[in-house]
Amino acid sequence: MGRFHRLGETDRAPVRIEIDGASVLALAGDTLQVAILTHAGSLRRNEFDGGPRAGFCLMAACQDCLVWTVTGEQLRGCSTEVEQGMRIVTRGPAWQIEP
Amino acid sequence: MADRTVVIVGAGPAGTRAAARLVAAGVRPIVIDEAVANGGQIYRRQPPQFRRPAKALYGFEAAKAEALHGTFETLRPSIDYRAQTLVWHIYDGEVHTLTGNQARRIRYDALILATGATDRIMPVPGWTLPGVYSLGGAQIALKAQACAIGSNVVFMGSGPLLYLVAYQYAKAGARVAAVLDTSTLAASIRAMPLLAARPGMLAKGLFYTAELHRHGVKIVRGVTPVAIEGTDEASGVVVRDASGGERRIACDAVGIGYGLRSETQLADLARCEFAFDTVAQQWLPVTDADGRASTPFVYLAGDGARVLGADAAEMAGQLAACAALRDLGAMVSDDEIRELREGLAPMARFRQGLETAFAWPARFAAGLPDEAVVCRCECITAGELRSVARDKGAPEVNRAKALSRLGMGRCQGRMCGLAGAEVLADALGVPVAEVGRLRGQGPVKPLPVNTEMAP
Repeated sequence: MGRFHRLGETDRAPVRIEIDGASVLALAGDTLQVAILTHAGSLRRNEFDGGPRAGFCLMAACQDCLVWTVTGEQLRGCSTEVEQGMRIVTRGPAWQIEP
Repeated sequence: MADRTVVIVGAGPAGTRAAARLVAAGVRPIVIDEAVANGGQIYRRQPPQFRRPAKALYGFEAAKAEALHGTFETLRPSIDYRAQTLVWHIYDGEVHTLTGNQARRIRYDALILATGATDRIMPVPGWTLPGVYSLGGAQIALKAQACAIGSNVVFMGSGPLLYLVAYQYAKAGARVAAVLDTSTLAASIRAMPLLAARPGMLAKGLFYTAELHRHGVKIVRGVTPVAIEGTDEASGVVVRDASGGERRIACDAVGIGYGLRSETQLADLARCEFAFDTVAQQWLPVTDADGRASTPFVYLAGDGARVLGADAAEMAGQLAACAALRDLGAMVSDDEIRELREGLAPMARFRQGLETAFAWPARFAAGLPDEAVVCRCECITAGELRSVARDKGAPEVNRAKALSRLGMGRCQGRMCGLAGAEVLADALGVPVAEVGRLRGQGPVKPLPVNTEMAP
């Protein structure tokens, strides 16, 4: 059900991360956006209309691909490289009231 | 020259060539790059774990990409390269940077801005749905991550990138559902004399189109986008074709874009004077032929100054460095400057050709339904923008921003600014130049709350 489809370069070292509590395998060199969107359809929900978002520009300009770590750090998915053991949440940090 | 601080923002073709020229003159420039590695967007490097050859990434441009990367590697010991570093403000002769959560201020003797470009976007209802990406974004997914944005992709918009990205997807084995071009074949034919200024580029464009035909990709020209359909993700594109009939094309991803817009926010923060450029249909920093801005000791090069492409950016980067060196009192030969200026001459003519063939579809702004989202950060609609024009009397974009918040979100107008200006101009019944331009504000991108000054 992933949004992004890998067209090659799949023999890289696996990297295990956690997305919303579920363990997921990414590949070394993946951006966080790719790691998530090869398994899921979206990255977060927009704070204003509540709609799902999956990024847009992939070049750090639009800020649409934000995700969070479990400790509340906000990361830009398109320009953050995936790291072993990352624990990511896509529904916003705990203190944020969801729309 | 060794005691002078020259800061270059950007490590793409313009920034790299500027750095090389400065190093040749004995300067050790500080090169600030938001990306993890040099190359900019066009010559963006894949992560070190990837193994595809340059030819697979850059096609016809592989030799140029490798040459530029090679130059940068050679320069590394002679420059102060700061990767993954954001320039978030420029004020009073200082560049404000952020690396991780560490903020720094750098006082410069000269500043070369080589900030590049992003896709020029005209919204269409449904463009915020997951699965919809800019054309540049679709290309980066493939080039930097070996991924397609979907399994059945429509590319819609106009400009050379429309055909290039569609070709690259088809070649890499992705399924391309259709290429939907808002410009007409007649416009392309009209542009031919101008495009002939760079015969090699023109030939490449024709090659990509021929290859798309060979892959069986449907190309429709002269379309008017109606909507991207879907509830939780893009599931189809609806357009009106040239004869007025509606066409619906099923897909699970859409790449959209209409050429490129210069990224000028830092030039604005550096207090450079701007003027409306009728070719780009965008407000651009004013420069002389060599890239000197109106602010002393500030220089602009590459697509961030004017979208002329990577070849022009390499020359403009070197030329801006020459200008900076001269202003700092170094010797630069007239021959070098003349040669670079002459090299750049056909580039502007070709750009004019591209704008003739693949015009920015300003007219679509008027046709956007009131409920269409223009600002994707904060979901400000075309109707809200029209309302601040008609009911609250906003005469220009900054007033409209204050009243509607369009351009105030995290992207600071980088995605919505140009289209928003068109919607406002249409609502007010004035030419787009008359509604002005969004003023840049620092920080240009979000800073974390734990930002601290570096020791």
